[in-house]
Amino acid sequence: MGSQHTGRRSTAENALRDRLKNGLCEVFANRRCAIGIAILAPIVFTTVLAPVIAPHNPTETHMGAQFAAPGGEFLLGTDHLGRDLLSRVLYGGRSSLVLGFAAAGVSMLVGVPLGLASGYLGGRIDEGVMRLLDMLLSIPSLLLALLIVALLGSSLLNAVLAIAVVYTPRIARVVRSSTLAVKQEEFIKAAEARGESRVYICFGEILPNILSPIIVEGSIRIGFAILIGASLSFLGLGTQPPTPDWGYMISIARDHLWSTTWYWLWPSLWLGLTVFGCNLLGDGLQDVLDPQSHVSKRP
Amino acid sequence: MNSFHRYLLKRLVYVLLNLVGLSVVVFCITVVLPGNAAETILGRYATPENVATLERELGLHRPHHVQYLDWVAGFVTGDWGTSFRHNRPVFDLVVTRGIRSAYLAVISLVAIVAVSIPAGIIAAVYSESTLDAGITGLAYVGISVPEFVTGTGLLVLFAGPVWSVFPAGGYTPLSAGGPVEWASHLVLPVITLTFLSIAHLVRLTRTEMIETLQSEYVRTARLKGLDERTVVLKHAVRNGLLPTVTLLAMNVGYLVGGVVVVEEVFAYPGLGRLLVGAVLHRDIPVLQATVLLVAGIYMFANLGADLLYTYFDPRISYGSSAR
Repeated sequence: MGSQHTGRRSTAENALRDRLKNGLCEVFANRRCAIGIAILAPIVFTTVLAPVIAPHNPTETHMGAQFAAPGGEFLLGTDHLGRDLLSRVLYGGRSSLVLGFAAAGVSMLVGVPLGLASGYLGGRIDEGVMRLLDMLLSIPSLLLALLIVALLGSSLLNAVLAIAVVYTPRIARVVRSSTLAVKQEEFIKAAEARGESRVYICFGEILPNILSPIIVEGSIRIGFAILIGASLSFLGLGTQPPTPDWGYMISIARDHLWSTTWYWLWPSLWLGLTVFGCNLLGDGLQDVLDPQSHVSKRP
Repeated sequence: MNSFHRYLLKRLVYVLLNLVGLSVVVFCITVVLPGNAAETILGRYATPENVATLERELGLHRPHHVQYLDWVAGFVTGDWGTSFRHNRPVFDLVVTRGIRSAYLAVISLVAIVAVSIPAGIIAAVYSESTLDAGITGLAYVGISVPEFVTGTGLLVLFAGPVWSVFPAGGYTPLSAGGPVEWASHLVLPVITLTFLSIAHLVRLTRTEMIETLQSEYVRTARLKGLDERTVVLKHAVRNGLLPTVTLLAMNVGYLVGGVVVVEEVFAYPGLGRLLVGAVLHRDIPVLQATVLLVAGIYMFANLGADLLYTYFDPRISYGSSAR
């Protein structure tokens, strides 16, 4: 892994840059990644640009135009209050995407250092951290999320925190096992012999070498975070109305199935495609970056 | 005491420790929640005097650790408190609802195994064919589409405008409506849960079977002149299906989440709906009991799966694989 002739910092940086460059090429060459990106890119793009491209205000009601069929002024039809479904679907992606990225981000921020410390330091710390994480892992994901929402109250922010708590142990475990593998390498022994600090060894030496599994894990978690967040909203425990949200829209659409099925179809399609795209991208990244560890992962 | 017994004991102790830890967390909810239990029960009538009286009645004025021990003792002896919202003993409520959810979960689990393992084997035997692509593709869609989308889709197709074959939701007890009426309420929820959970089992069965079919001993069996059917069903399946046992236990975890959402979709009055209602209305005794019970069942299911796995695979040693 590293020849130490040219000074460690530049070697490490060059290696990292090369790996990133090659990695990106490979990512686009991988069919699953390419399809995943092709699905996700337009969704993310239109969601971010919702304020610019949405034809109507998503919370504006049009009395007399309830349950309008797609076409005409309302391209995808309207809901039970005569609100434009296209605008609501576009805006509705915001909470899902924010939730997916924020929850995955927070769980990485906590999980990565925990996993590094646990794996590198070992001993009592490892034992303690792992016991605690095992306890969290022994509770089914949605049940744990519900418990935390019950504790904090229902809102988008609390849903982010709840999902982050659910996924932190999973990320920490992946990081820990990767750390254990890298810990035995020569260059870690060399860094220890040079008298580097433990913090430097963890973040400067180990972390750059275990980025692949972390990226794979993170990308898979984003999809699942979106899914579980949508479930919370569906149950009325996530994003609160009148803010548009895919999960909440589907829950209300269920009461109006006899009047219109478009109301159900659009948010379902957007949500399904988003999660499908994330899963494809995650699996593709795993093929490219971490081909050995093809174990099944789920919430 | 041999190594297996020691392993079993160790695992049991871990499960109990996890349950104790969880019970502390669950208990803390009552302490941490803004507005205490007495205020929640009284609602509009929460004058300071009323709250003080009720707190005394409920024993909320005692130190936390005394309350905790009291609560645990009550839980163990079946006294799970009274639901704020339903005004009934939590134990009765949870048992009635729990049995309904158990129907749903057990039937779904059987359906998941019955569908996904044959599908995975077929996909492996005809790997790289159109059939394989179809099966794996469908399984992939199953993971990506949340259960409330599939469930509502089934409602559109089979309980609404298109074909009104099944009831749109609700539940009829066996004793009240007979088996047909009872089963008609279960069909759509079970299909939804099955579709949600087959994906991983199909994929794993497929990978394991492909690997096994390429192994030395399967080749030997083929060279012996056995027909392909015997090779696959008698020789390969046995080994190829080992990891699926563990995955099945993991599936119990997704099934718990799935059941909660699916019950909401189909207005099925089971434990999941009780739990969501308890979270929404802060019905703490119900919340505590349900979470502990369900998490406990899940932990024991996992333990059971691990034990089954070690039982089926004699190569595993108990000492080192305690995690």
